[in-house]
Amino acid sequence: MAQQHQPMPDLPPPITSTGVIGWMRQHLFSSPMNIILTLLSLYLLSIIIPGMINWALLDASWTGTDRSACEANPNGACWTFINVRLTQILFGLYYGQHPDQAWRPITAFVMLAGLIGLLTLPRMRFKAWLGIGTIVFYPLIAFALIHGEWLGLPVANSSQWGGLMLTFILASIGIVAALPLGILLALGRRSEMPLVRAFSVTYIEFWRGTPLITVLFMASVMLPLFFPSGVDFDKVARAIIGITLFQSAYTAEAIRGGLQAIPRGQYEAADALGLGYWKKMIFIILPQALKISIPGIVNSFIELFKDTSLVSIIGLLDLLNMAQTASRSLEWKGYDVEAYTFAAMLFWIFCYGMSRYSQHLEKSLHRGH
Amino acid sequence: MKQDTKHTAPATPWHRDPAVRALVFQALLVLVVAWSLGTIFSNTITNLESRGIHTGFDFLDEVAPFAVGFSPFIEFILGESTYWDVFLIGIQNTMIVSFLGIIAATLLGFIIGIMRLSPNWLVSKIASVYIETFRNIPLLLQIMFWNFAIFLPTLPGPRQSLSLGESLFLNNRGLYLPKPVVENEAGTWVVVISAIAAVIACGVLYRWARRRKDQTGQSFPIFSISLLIIVLLPMTVYFIAGNPIAAELPELKRFNFEGGMQMPLPLFSLWFALTTYTAAFIGETVRGGILAVDHGQTEAANSLGLRRGQVLRLVVIPQALRVIIPPTISQFLNLTKNSSLAVAVAYEELVNIWSGIALNQTGQALVIIAMTIVVYETLSLATSAILNFYNARIQLVER
Amino acid sequence: MNTNMFIKLIVTAGALLLSITASAGTLEDVKKRGHLVCGVNNGVPGFSAPDDKGRMQGIDADVCYATAAAVLGDASKVEFTPLTAKERFTALSSGEVDVLSRNTTHTLHRDAALGLNFTYYNYIDGQGFMVKKDLGVKRALELDGAAICIQQGTTTELNLADYFRANNMQYKPIGYETAPQTRDGFDKGACDVLTSDKSQLAAHRTELKDPTSAIILPETISKEPLGPVVRQGDDVWFNIVKWVVYAMINAEEAGINSRNVDKLRENSDDPNIKRILGVEGEMGKNLQLSNDWAYNIIKQVGNYGESYSRNVEPLGLARKGSVNALWTRGGVLYAPPIR
Repeated sequence: MAQQHQPMPDLPPPITSTGVIGWMRQHLFSSPMNIILTLLSLYLLSIIIPGMINWALLDASWTGTDRSACEANPNGACWTFINVRLTQILFGLYYGQHPDQAWRPITAFVMLAGLIGLLTLPRMRFKAWLGIGTIVFYPLIAFALIHGEWLGLPVANSSQWGGLMLTFILASIGIVAALPLGILLALGRRSEMPLVRAFSVTYIEFWRGTPLITVLFMASVMLPLFFPSGVDFDKVARAIIGITLFQSAYTAEAIRGGLQAIPRGQYEAADALGLGYWKKMIFIILPQALKISIPGIVNSFIELFKDTSLVSIIGLLDLLNMAQTASRSLEWKGYDVEAYTFAAMLFWIFCYGMSRYSQHLEKSLHRGH
Repeated sequence: MKQDTKHTAPATPWHRDPAVRALVFQALLVLVVAWSLGTIFSNTITNLESRGIHTGFDFLDEVAPFAVGFSPFIEFILGESTYWDVFLIGIQNTMIVSFLGIIAATLLGFIIGIMRLSPNWLVSKIASVYIETFRNIPLLLQIMFWNFAIFLPTLPGPRQSLSLGESLFLNNRGLYLPKPVVENEAGTWVVVISAIAAVIACGVLYRWARRRKDQTGQSFPIFSISLLIIVLLPMTVYFIAGNPIAAELPELKRFNFEGGMQMPLPLFSLWFALTTYTAAFIGETVRGGILAVDHGQTEAANSLGLRRGQVLRLVVIPQALRVIIPPTISQFLNLTKNSSLAVAVAYEELVNIWSGIALNQTGQALVIIAMTIVVYETLSLATSAILNFYNARIQLVER
Repeated sequence: MNTNMFIKLIVTAGALLLSITASAGTLEDVKKRGHLVCGVNNGVPGFSAPDDKGRMQGIDADVCYATAAAVLGDASKVEFTPLTAKERFTALSSGEVDVLSRNTTHTLHRDAALGLNFTYYNYIDGQGFMVKKDLGVKRALELDGAAICIQQGTTTELNLADYFRANNMQYKPIGYETAPQTRDGFDKGACDVLTSDKSQLAAHRTELKDPTSAIILPETISKEPLGPVVRQGDDVWFNIVKWVVYAMINAEEAGINSRNVDKLRENSDDPNIKRILGVEGEMGKNLQLSNDWAYNIIKQVGNYGESYSRNVEPLGLARKGSVNALWTRGGVLYAPPIR
């Protein structure tokens, strides 16, 4: 009977390669070069971080109702200012003047957050229906709440909208309205009819080649000239038209990516079933293609969300402009850094959140064909 | 014959024939598009007419009734320069900020991208915080932040300028540098020719080094030697020729520095913001490109006995560039388009002085916006042409 | 399915391009809507700027309130649309606003070529310069080589170029989109000089971090008669806005103000006052308004003098001895009689 060989149990790894020390050795001090880099980085951080923490948190003013509170500690940030003007920066002039009405945009926000929360849950039933319902009905509900006329509430006209609310309104209407246009353009770009293809390519490349600010200038100055006199849109509507046309080109490109990823067999199978072009697209191709395009669309939404800040140049009081206006007011002049930092933080939270979500989607949709 | 007809399907009625349908559809599309554009066009012309503006190009020859402050290469003379000059100055200034931005953003982007992949945890975290911070905040906000909240309030006024060796000055109006001025023309030519000669010499040296390496496998420190030649040769010639190029120093006058090379603060802020923003995107691209190179390549290179630097330089980077370059070129185009945000900080590029001031003073909305768009579309088409050319050239030859 | 699509496409496009909402007169529109839409500047104190409670205040805003009082009998029925200099004329001619009361200068070009009608002047202004004191500049002719902050899209831009050209001087323009941005740039040191209408300079000076650090130079380099503007081709509306301004001036001349207006309506014997207040004659009817139109203006908004001292005087712009005084006191404000 052969004696079965019993190997000695493994020795535990040396203390220097496990735990905190091991990790640090491996990740921070593995070579002379690395040691230098680590020390350099630590030095850099030691300059920046304590100063920032002192300014933003430890020395900052948080309470009070006017600038005297902030003038007492000039080395810290003046969050009092943001605190006092918060309703205005979030919801614009009208709700800044009527803080008792602020529940309306807040309700709309909370509803949207709830709906999006439900939609991002991985195991939700009737997700598609909920999604369509959100896209169709939510804007109406939100409009009714924010504008107020339909519900018999005090009316807040669109010229009085502003702040983060306006940023949201512009970006979401832009992306939703651009979707159907984008689908048609993406289909057109892959169409077999040369003129349709040429039109789609020209349209897409035209908008992609033009800076958004020129588009917005066009929308604010030239759009009224395009129509016979007497036809007029208000300023917010003009901006939305400009943003939608611009965005549809980017959406189209995102969807085209999705269409290209659909294997030929799917088209051929649909043809073999005798489906016509529209039936084939609506029931077979688009449902698959749109699903693949979602990360791309989310990414272009992030860009759009950031880009809506450009409407401040044509004088709309979006989040950026509202923060800026507040920091230029007589009461709070000089607190620019706080205003910009606060606006930047809000933008960052939404954009970073969305980009993480889009990365997650990309991974989970990656099924491979 | 009779047998055959039995098997042919009944002739499709013409209105269900895909070919006919396609034709009709396209004809209608052309009609609708042409009609819409035509209506918009004629409405605009009528509306402008009713405001006393006769659409046309004549105004381009009129003298511009306002001043342009920054124009380093095209001279602007108040009262003589025309609207056409203003247009050219706008393009020039767009080019200047884009050029500076592209160079700086590429450098910074590569550094950030490589830092992001560093085995050093701290360095890679710093790079990733940088990327996530800068690319998730609107560029316009960043431009305004740097200009209005940081540079303008913290930099001193012209009289208290920060200076470096009394020749370089920084204040809240901008950056002022010495400007090279030709004093001795013949001498300058000698220096220029020597510089060209140095470049040619390096080219020859490079080819020789390549050939020798192919034949014998011996490498040659081509980079450091070339750098030495390109710097040293013109410098020696410069001193021998008796300093033919002098420096014009900026001088403090009543209001500010005059003379020398000037970079106004709006340009500086815009450049800074465009660079830091675009670098975050380029950094991501660089990282993605390097990661896309198959790990087997590195292992194979290692097993050939190449040193770490050589592995990167000879094996990884050439392959990574294939992935990195196309999206980076798109980023260059984005940077150029983004330079139009200059309106916010009063830098006088195309959108600001042309589709802003000139449009407003002439009312020629149609012509001016069209000309602006043509410039950007040209840049965009040129970029895609370069991209297509590059993609075709580097297409992997599959075996 | 295809044909359906075409029809839909065409109908939508057609509807978009051809939907001409035939507009009746502005007066009827305003009455039907129940409020006046007034285009103003957002943020020039003294002319139109929101106060702490967000209510628009200023001499330009008062024209809006007065027009609403005359037309609708209630001064509060105004919706303000803040406009930038660039978009103001488009906003007026496209019908987005009923009246433009946004410190707009009356010029031949605007009058004749832009399809606008200037009513009358509610403030007569002129362009000037504000400089930082520490530069030691005392006169505008010493400004050769200065960096000048300026708001884009205004006649200011052109006057400035003309002035420097005429005097053979150079300048570096720093052009911003809005008035607050321009002031902010000047305050933070982006330029040496701020140029604008003098009333605006006075207003901006009060908004500086340190108002004593800047002075306004004595020179006035242009004529800037500012007043409300309406669209051409609607004479009824043109007359109304014009006479709203006249009524405020006439009221001051006749000594009627918001405090004594009720008493005067009861027991004044002066036929002029009786006509203004609608006790005698059918003055309002002629304008297609009610006869107490001017009474409503004076009662709810006040006369011109009250509006001026409420809004402009706090900026440090004295009215006495200036062009904006009544003609009886050495100024040029002269309104035709209400009769």
